[in-house]
Amino acid sequence: MAATALQEHEVAHHFDDLEQEFDSHKLGMWLFVASEIMMFGALIVGGLFLLYLHPDAFAQGRPRLDWRLGALNTFFLLTGGFTMARAAAFAQKSDQRKIQQNLVLSLLFGFGFLVVKTIEYKAKFHHGLLPGPAFHGEGFTSLHAHVFFGYYFVSTGLHALHVLIGMGLMVWCLILSRKVKFTRSYYTPIELAGIYWALVDLVWLFLFPLLYLVG
Amino acid sequence: MIAHVHDNNINYIKTKTGLLSWFVTKDHKRINMMFLISVLIFFITGGIYALLFRLELWTPGTHPLITPDTYNHYFTMHGVIMVFLVVVPGIPSALGNFVLPIQVGAKDLALPKINLTSLYLYWIGGILAIVSLIAGNADSGWTFYAPYSISKNPAVLWMLTAAFFLGFSSILTGLNFIVTVHKMRAPGMTWFRLPLFVWALYATAIMQIFATPVLAITLLLLLIENFFHIGIFDPAMGGDPVLMQHFFWFYSHPAVYIIVVPAFGITSEIIAAFSKKEIFGYKFVAFSSIGITLIGFLVWGHHMFVSGQSEVANTVFSFLTFFTAIPSAIKVFNWTATLYKGSISLQTPMLYGLQILFNFTIGGLTGIILSILSLDVHLHDTYFVVSHFHYVAFGTTIIAFIAGIHYWWPKMTGKMYNEVWGRIASVIVFFGFNITFFPQLIMGSQGSPRRYYHYLPQYQIYHQISTVGVVILALGLVIALVNLLISLRMGATAPQNPWGAHTLEWEAAESPPVLFNFKETPIVTHGPYAFATEKT
Repeated sequence: MAATALQEHEVAHHFDDLEQEFDSHKLGMWLFVASEIMMFGALIVGGLFLLYLHPDAFAQGRPRLDWRLGALNTFFLLTGGFTMARAAAFAQKSDQRKIQQNLVLSLLFGFGFLVVKTIEYKAKFHHGLLPGPAFHGEGFTSLHAHVFFGYYFVSTGLHALHVLIGMGLMVWCLILSRKVKFTRSYYTPIELAGIYWALVDLVWLFLFPLLYLVG
Repeated sequence: MIAHVHDNNINYIKTKTGLLSWFVTKDHKRINMMFLISVLIFFITGGIYALLFRLELWTPGTHPLITPDTYNHYFTMHGVIMVFLVVVPGIPSALGNFVLPIQVGAKDLALPKINLTSLYLYWIGGILAIVSLIAGNADSGWTFYAPYSISKNPAVLWMLTAAFFLGFSSILTGLNFIVTVHKMRAPGMTWFRLPLFVWALYATAIMQIFATPVLAITLLLLLIENFFHIGIFDPAMGGDPVLMQHFFWFYSHPAVYIIVVPAFGITSEIIAAFSKKEIFGYKFVAFSSIGITLIGFLVWGHHMFVSGQSEVANTVFSFLTFFTAIPSAIKVFNWTATLYKGSISLQTPMLYGLQILFNFTIGGLTGIILSILSLDVHLHDTYFVVSHFHYVAFGTTIIAFIAGIHYWWPKMTGKMYNEVWGRIASVIVFFGFNITFFPQLIMGSQGSPRRYYHYLPQYQIYHQISTVGVVILALGLVIALVNLLISLRMGATAPQNPWGAHTLEWEAAESPPVLFNFKETPIVTHGPYAFATEKT
């Protein structure tokens, strides 16, 4: 496509070479992801504590979530992770076309995740399964069912925000791929977006069982 | 690229002109100076709040101008500003930012845009704190304990948001430091040739990256709790406020070490430079910073001995807390051993450095007293605790911050301050600080509770001595500040290495440094404290 006009990436002034630049950016992203894991880690510990505090709320709340939709979303995220890894692999082979194809696929899987999430949220709103005093779901004997749904919305909402950010990074890579040539020694943006998407996957792999399967 | 080469012959202040060139800069030195100005402004603001409530405490009973609500507001503002806007970002962002890349021999931090982002996040946090001020009386204390902090006070909500942004500023600075230390060291700069300030900032960065996100989620959950009452911290909705305390201290205990470990780094630099001696036990001092970091993650429960947590948890947390004394004491003993038979020169930074030895010893030992379970039941939430953490956060960290500003002032600005006035100020600060806080140890040990508007008449004498101390302290700080500011206009031009130190910022970079710090990448052939070679 636009392959003729692609520029070579220039190393930023304060780095000696491409390798140093790549390593620095990659380490930076890993550290940021580590920091995010601590954030979600605390949130998940909080969830486990609520499970211990109000087992009845979790036992009655869980059946109201559709594990099949959750499983479908797990599939979307993991497959999106796979296509991101493919994009990074093709970047190392300088195959600009396949990079773009895989980025678009990843974006679609991310989008699919958000669509399913929206369907789930809508159903909860419809049945009054809301956080706090707004809760008016029927058929609950637990006094704290609202805690389960409050936690559900907070944790999945924060995760969905990260899905959006991850998709933003993919769009950024797509735009870049039309301007800059990705090569074996320069494919940093795709690598960074891929690492970030791994975080999105990982967090979901903890939230999915905690909310949909346990209780 | 060719233009850059030309730029690199001029110092960083003069390379570009105009205010805008500062706001969009990616130069770590300029970003540092903007951080420094911002932190100092907030330091003065937080200090004024302290001055105001100490005046209220001159007499027991009510005060015509300062009502109980205003009093709560003042100590909250003092705490939030001083913790989140001054001591946490202070040394890393407003000194380390300048010094660390030069000390490792790099042209800049590894991620200059991230560094600028960190500054902007800091400013957003600062502005939100000011918005909170306009929105009303934030009165939750800096600890934001639930359920009081979820009673929908708009000022508290703005303050929570402010702290949230400030947390991310801190994370990004820490991240940048770790990447820089790993990837940007000059040829020959091995890990054990790193200055101890770099080791300290590295250890701090680990805590910034791994502890601060837990604060972020806590603050976020508090905000959500305020609006939606989801019932995670709110007992009325089935939540647990003690869970909030666990989360808060999981960050805020490491935060104490985020505050103090960089100060240890500065102390090491100064004690070595003004004793003209290799630091005693370099590796022990370096690893003690890492040791404090690792233990620091495991002791948060010692803030909660009276919160109703189990006796087993209390015992374990108390036991682990004792361990922090070991790396802390290693530092104090090694600094003292460095002084031994050194050729000591009592210049301004060194006068502050020696104060740290004194103040931190008191701050550390009172910490051990507080970690003893039975004693803590008596001392919890008294002035003893207030005094203990001020001996650390002010007596160690702020003093080190001031020491560092004096030590690196010639490098940062290219000017020498007046040495006589610098020394006079440092002596006044020493007495002002100790007169303020030592009486608080005594009245705290007698059971006088903190954060109270009224107090029993028997404590009045201690409160009055303390208030006099604050005035003396403020006087010393004003003299120090004025002295520094005057030097900008009237100070002598600073030589490259006024202290005769051996770290790269003195040996290889001009005062002030050129745009990319060095005209040529330095090649490191010796350790940071190679003073022994001079004598031979």
